[in-house]
Amino acid sequence: MTTTILFTIISLCLIGIASAVILYFVAQKFKVDEDPRIDIVEELLPGANCGGCGKPGCRGFAEATVKADSLDGLFCPVGGAATMTKIASALGREVVMQTPKIAVVRCNGTCEHRPRTSHYDGYKSCAVEHSLYRGETDCAYGCLGCGDCVKACAFDAIRMDENGLPAVDEEKCVACGACVKACPRNIIELRNQGPKGRRVFVSCVNKDKGAAARKACAAACIGCGKCAKECPFGAITVENNVAYIDFNKCRLCRKCVSACPTHAIHEVNFPARKITEATPEASTTEA
Amino acid sequence: MSNLTMSLSPHIHNGDSVEKNMYGVLIALIPAFICSVIFFGWGAIIVTAVSVAACLIFEYLIQKYLLRQNPTIWDGSAIITGVLLAFNLPVSIPLWIVAIGALVAIGVGKMSFGGLGNNIFNPALVGRVFLLISFPVQMTTWPTPQGFATTDAVTGATPLAIVKAALASNGTEAASGATAQGPQSVSEILAAHGITVPDMLYGNMGGSLGEVAAIALLIGFAYMLLRKIITWHIPVAIFATVIVFTGILHLANPEQFAGPLFHLFTGGLMLGAIFMATDYVTSPMTHKGMWIYGIGIGVLTVLIRVFGSYPEGMSFAILIMNGLTPLINRCCKPQKF
Amino acid sequence: MIKKPLKYNTVLKTFKIGGVHPPENKLSAQAPISVLPLPEQVIIPLSQHIGAPAIPTVKKGDRVKAGQLIGQAAGFISANIHSSVSGTVVGIDSVTDASGYARPSVIIKVEGDEWEDTVLEKAEAKKPGDYSKEEIIKAIAAAGIVGMGGATFPTQVKLSPPPGNKAETLIVNGVECEPYLTADHRLMLEHGEELMTGVQLIMRALDVRRAVVGIENNKRDAIELLTRLAAQIPGVEVCPLKVRYPQGGEKQLIKAVTGKSVPSGGLPIAVGAVVQNVGTVYAVYEAVMKHKPLVERVVTVTGKAVKNPGNYLCRIGTPISKLIEAAGGMPEDTGKVISGGPMMGKAVMSTEIAVTKGTSGVLLMRENESRRPAYRNCIRCAKCVSACPMGLEPFRLMLLSEQGLTETLEQERVMDCIECGSCSFTCPAHRPLLDLIRLGKNRTGQMIRARKAKNQ
Repeated sequence: MTTTILFTIISLCLIGIASAVILYFVAQKFKVDEDPRIDIVEELLPGANCGGCGKPGCRGFAEATVKADSLDGLFCPVGGAATMTKIASALGREVVMQTPKIAVVRCNGTCEHRPRTSHYDGYKSCAVEHSLYRGETDCAYGCLGCGDCVKACAFDAIRMDENGLPAVDEEKCVACGACVKACPRNIIELRNQGPKGRRVFVSCVNKDKGAAARKACAAACIGCGKCAKECPFGAITVENNVAYIDFNKCRLCRKCVSACPTHAIHEVNFPARKITEATPEASTTEA
Repeated sequence: MSNLTMSLSPHIHNGDSVEKNMYGVLIALIPAFICSVIFFGWGAIIVTAVSVAACLIFEYLIQKYLLRQNPTIWDGSAIITGVLLAFNLPVSIPLWIVAIGALVAIGVGKMSFGGLGNNIFNPALVGRVFLLISFPVQMTTWPTPQGFATTDAVTGATPLAIVKAALASNGTEAASGATAQGPQSVSEILAAHGITVPDMLYGNMGGSLGEVAAIALLIGFAYMLLRKIITWHIPVAIFATVIVFTGILHLANPEQFAGPLFHLFTGGLMLGAIFMATDYVTSPMTHKGMWIYGIGIGVLTVLIRVFGSYPEGMSFAILIMNGLTPLINRCCKPQKF
Repeated sequence: MIKKPLKYNTVLKTFKIGGVHPPENKLSAQAPISVLPLPEQVIIPLSQHIGAPAIPTVKKGDRVKAGQLIGQAAGFISANIHSSVSGTVVGIDSVTDASGYARPSVIIKVEGDEWEDTVLEKAEAKKPGDYSKEEIIKAIAAAGIVGMGGATFPTQVKLSPPPGNKAETLIVNGVECEPYLTADHRLMLEHGEELMTGVQLIMRALDVRRAVVGIENNKRDAIELLTRLAAQIPGVEVCPLKVRYPQGGEKQLIKAVTGKSVPSGGLPIAVGAVVQNVGTVYAVYEAVMKHKPLVERVVTVTGKAVKNPGNYLCRIGTPISKLIEAAGGMPEDTGKVISGGPMMGKAVMSTEIAVTKGTSGVLLMRENESRRPAYRNCIRCAKCVSACPMGLEPFRLMLLSEQGLTETLEQERVMDCIECGSCSFTCPAHRPLLDLIRLGKNRTGQMIRARKAKNQ
């Protein structure tokens, strides 16, 4: 009896030792040399694997930062400047500051502004609707309202608001750009977040001529060029019947906002204007 | 005029719907139900009603309160699960066991996978096998058909169980060296218990509610083919495999192995092949896949019946092949243009 | 109505896999082709074909005659555009067409009905054999003829097979498998002789000895007539086909008629076949024998609620509202207007859309027919797999498209999909299979093109 127990214990021990030896040599043989810094950087990253940096997930980004000579052009939109500073100090590199960005929806086509002229009854997807026709309204450039951007957002930062347009949650948006890619009409743009979140932008991408654009949507950019004339910094260009504000040149003076006859230019996060100053509504009725 | 509707082509539909298919299957089950009522009396109606009601209630509760969806209990699939579960139970089963079976069928078999269309295993069979393993005594007490006439149920075994038990006792007697007293060969066993092929055809034998009347089930099969609810491939593949396999065994040793007709018309083979194996969700998508699936069920059923410890193997065979269906779908692509 | 089907209906030829049989609803089969009065204004899109849009050769204020060139083909795969009326060009502007988007079009105010001098009233007294191959193809290219079954591929390109390929059989597509549509049917009945001349012309252009006219068995009168006419012409035969959708698809028709399968990703010429729609054949006849460019076509106006479903010969550029008027006006409860047939046609959002070279019909659907019911989970019934004429698995393609897995889609041969709609038509759960498969197909196509561009 005792011999049986003894035999079992000894043989098991031998098997264990043999396996350990084999494992050790195999592990040595097939060891993959990997820069340990990749793991360190990966630890610092948010781990959302959103792909917003353009790399395949956070590990891909970590590898890229370790391999690259400088952090130029590498930016984690989710972690932002704070994370990038940490990564830079961990790797002993220069921090390349990037202005924080945010997704901006450039369409004014609420139900009120854009009358519906047909009824879409297919699969609820902007991409499918876009492939079929111009959409439920007469605007061939505006938001289709099926929420492809909402589905694309990994951070739950976009929802369809009561007007049927996507609304970006400024707290949650990390400017990863997934919605920009998802929108078949290129309505969403990543723009500078601006000081205290203040931004001015043209909320329309309609390239139709003024009359047609106006007919389709009461708040369309009609390409009249008043804003461009008004802008003291030359930040506004009008091309293909639609105005565009270069956010690097814009100094947030808001003159264009009051000049726009269709209120297509939006200002965000500014304090309410003084009563003495002409409100945008008043200025347009005068014009 | 109101705004025109826009959508991608095609703009017409053949009018088929989930409901039409599901209720079509239910219509096909009516002949078998009538037979079960004739053979087993009120009990058949009560067991079926309890099973269907329990399935509907559990589906409603799970969809409404656990999954927070809009309940779709009237699409017919829960009713089919209820009816099929009942058809797989003996009429004498306590009703609380039926309710447990329904809970397992709907809750575990169907809803835990995400509801209709997502389940891997046939829900009714999941319920049935759960009950068979959990309550073996109640699940294998088979009242012989009495109709409405008597209230005292006489219990007996199913033909499959009779043969299996008799053959097993032959084996033990042979092993103990005792001279055989009872009938020896399969045909003698059947003759001794008065089981004939016509009996099996119209269901005059012990068994579950819905499985006894082969003819009624075949009428349902014909109806479903006519309405194009199912294709013929799976049932025919199962029948053909069982006939060939048991035929070979029978020819090799008629003493030991029952013939093809016996296997075809007894137990749950008809019910399983026509109504359970052909379940849309859990069967393969291509005709080639359906053949493989059907042949697999046939072989497994015969193996379990003849060589296994259970007298009946249809449920297990179908569940095993259900599990293999995703693999079959991967391997069997439709014929290319 | 249609006489009793051929008694050998069950042994008639057809394609081998998949297919459906939607209710035929050929309401206008007995209505002879009538000429639609000229509209006040026509809108002629410069892109009525697959390929590059034509370049306008007229400007605002120009006077044009019917048959005059107003758009020059731009490149190899493109087609000429001609004025369909005489009058004054009031503008070249972006106008919404059946594609659902505004595209450059020539707008002409109609004044009188004066034709270009070169266009003949009566056909030349020549025989098909008197024309050379080059003459015929040149005339076709000049006339701006495109595939009139709906694909609108420039015909001269199709008639010039790439080097190394030799056409053996001309297949004339008189199948018209789309429910409701009867334009081709009426054309075959009323212009049988011209069609036969056109067939001979195309045979000459392709240098083939054999031509087969494929007609479905629900057009018995057309089969009888064309069989009689074809008996006098060597090499031309009529092949009656079993009624089955999508038999008018190029690959399906070739399979049905010759038994040969066009390989995946290949062109019909790979099996020696060239398919031409009967409308195209008639246009070829007119282009060669009358020097008449493609400026008019037969359009079926139909629908269950339409007062007088009919077939109309109308000028290209006519707004479809004029056709609807001619057929008894827009019914009160119209919910959907479709350019083309119900299986592959395109819904349009306004009746001001102009008739183009590819418009085979205008179908008005009632409100209750036009809404789709809500869709459900896939119940894996495999009915779409049985219905798919290309041997695909639509349920799987839809899921892959939804998930955006373009590489797997390519492996699953999504590019073979002919968008016939048989899958969506059969799905008991009303799933929008084709909506998503089309999306996946587009994206896969983009991926393949991007890869090719990268490799070059």
